[in-house]
Amino acid sequence: MHIVRSFDEDLKYLSGRIAAMGGLAERMVEESVSALVHADETLARKVVADDLLLDIAEREIDEKAIGIIARRQPLADDLREIIGAIRISADLERVGDLAKNNAKRVVAITAAQQPVRVVRGLEALAELALGQLKDVLDVYATRAVSTLASVRERDAQIDAVYTSLFRELLASMMEDARNITPCTHLLFCAKNLERIGDHATNVAETIYYAATAEQLPERSRQDKSHSVTLDVAAR
Amino acid sequence: MSDADPESAAAGFARIAAGRLAEARWTLAAAAVAIAGVTFAAGGSWLVAIAAIAAVACVAALTPWRTRAMRLAEATAVRSPIDRLSALRLAAAVSDPLVVFDRSATVVQANPAAEAVFGSLRGVDLRLRFRAPEMQELIRQTLDDATHPAPVDYVERAPIERLFRVAASPVGDGTGLFVLVFRDQSEARRIDRMRADFIANASHELRTPLASIAGFIETLRGPARNDPKAQARFLEIMQAQTERMARLIDDLLSLSRLEMKPLAAPGQSADLVEVIAGVADTLTHLAAEAGVVVERNLPAEPVLAAGSRDELTQVFENLLENAIKYGRSGGRVVVSVARAPAQAAGGRPQVEASVRDFGPGISEEHIPRVTERFYRVDAESSRAQKGTGLGLAIVKHILTRYGGRLSIASQPGHGAAFTVHLPAA
Ligand SMILES: Nc1ncnc2c1ncn2[C@@H]1O[C@H](COP(=O)(O)OP(=O)(O)O)[C@@H](O)[C@H]1O
Ligand SMILES: [Mg+2]
Repeated sequence: MHIVRSFDEDLKYLSGRIAAMGGLAERMVEESVSALVHADETLARKVVADDLLLDIAEREIDEKAIGIIARRQPLADDLREIIGAIRISADLERVGDLAKNNAKRVVAITAAQQPVRVVRGLEALAELALGQLKDVLDVYATRAVSTLASVRERDAQIDAVYTSLFRELLASMMEDARNITPCTHLLFCAKNLERIGDHATNVAETIYYAATAEQLPERSRQDKSHSVTLDVAAR
Repeated sequence: MSDADPESAAAGFARIAAGRLAEARWTLAAAAVAIAGVTFAAGGSWLVAIAAIAAVACVAALTPWRTRAMRLAEATAVRSPIDRLSALRLAAAVSDPLVVFDRSATVVQANPAAEAVFGSLRGVDLRLRFRAPEMQELIRQTLDDATHPAPVDYVERAPIERLFRVAASPVGDGTGLFVLVFRDQSEARRIDRMRADFIANASHELRTPLASIAGFIETLRGPARNDPKAQARFLEIMQAQTERMARLIDDLLSLSRLEMKPLAAPGQSADLVEVIAGVADTLTHLAAEAGVVVERNLPAEPVLAAGSRDELTQVFENLLENAIKYGRSGGRVVVSVARAPAQAAGGRPQVEASVRDFGPGISEEHIPRVTERFYRVDAESSRAQKGTGLGLAIVKHILTRYGGRLSIASQPGHGAAFTVHLPAA
């Protein structure tokens, strides 16, 4: 099938596909955490199955993007936009992989009694990572790139919560050898969530670069240690 | 229809006056010529002539040319009030979010309710903003066959989770426009969730004190049967445990109730100075008992912040109580309120209030986690302080509702500072 489209339509088509991928990736992360917290194996299996859709979408976006570049030979702004789409879809595909990896651990984790406190921590971490992903993808829709500055702040928060969970998990493994297996799985889950946050930050950087041709500013380092700002609720 | 907006009222008046002048232009011109002629003939100054002409023009502009009845008849002949009610005004009056979009899924209009929940949407591609698979499908169906697809559920996560039932349909006949209507279903969902959460949390957290009470009962009926001294002590412990259970239930209910509340009604405000002074007054006894002096670093004039007075009181009660309990070794606690330094461009003005203690502080790895439910740095010390681990979760929830945030700074060994940031009101 060959459809003649304008260049703008090409771009719109690409961004629409990216957004749909983003929506699916967000859903997979949500469901993987929910499956873990509620020991829901059926939901976990759904997440694993959904990952295939993301893989397919990524491949299609790549092909489309390359086709557009070949046909239109875009310059500057337009080229950044298209390369950006390729990079964003790669990050979203990774987010899906990480969610799938978490979903696969559900059975192993929920087989044993899990420390409630750690599970709550994991939920808090997931909430931060999901918030990051949502805000970044919302900016992809609204193009309000000036609001991306808060992404760095939350990335630091995600790291801090992850580090805290990591120590807690190590402590409970040392306390009781029976905890080692479930805690190891939980440790990987936490790591995966932290990396989902990283991929969201990558997407933010890509969006910022595509829109401005500049790098997203780094966070000011001054008061990082011993001071944490919680839950920037902004709109 | 009368317009409340003073600017457009002024503009409307100018328009009417101009209309009257135009209608009276020939009469006015004749009057001007006559006045000028008479003035010069009488040897008067031209200033007098201009003043006279201006006076006549004023009268012409300010007095209705035709009778009120004539104008009214003309107006109603053209449009009845319902015709003049524009679609935009109608949409603005609806409290559910409404989003109108065109064939390319681009938003052409979003009512204020929609912008309040979703932020600015004008010109945005709907499919990019509403990415949930069900929404993608709903939008696709609407654009494809322009019929009425079945409504779907959609959750908007931040800042406070809300659930909507979303319906889509074409607007009118062949306008090329479509509308999404979001009906807020959060309350029903929150009640469900609250029940589930309450049961899960309560059953888990009440298990420990219950087990301990059961243990003491066993001892009282067995080994301690004939030991009045031990009995008295055990009963005391049991009483403390039941009190703890009661507090837990109170806090859990309070948190659940907060979570159930819909988004804060906009426009509420409270004076932080008054709130904090009131809280410090109520906690005077607790502070004295702990040997802690509460220093008030409060401005003389009010500092208004977004938020309800009751809820902000709850915030500072929790923070000050924590500072007194966990930071008692420092011997003093400082509460302060200030307007935040002017924000970077675009930011709303903020106010800050902080509660600072000089106790052991909180180590780095715990800081990001203390607002989690039931998170206690040291479960033993929290229990000894009659804590439930829900105080800061409540604080965080209230602040989120009003677009505020909490920052925590601590240098272990030197104390902790909890700072509340809220939009100024
Ligand atoms: N001012 C403070 N100094 C040291 N630790 C604190 C302070 N405030 C709170 N914490 C820690 O945070 C935890 C959570 O506080 P909170 O949610 O109020 O629960 P609770 O006081 O009921 O234990 C406390 O158990 C305590 O370990
Ligand atoms: Mg407390």
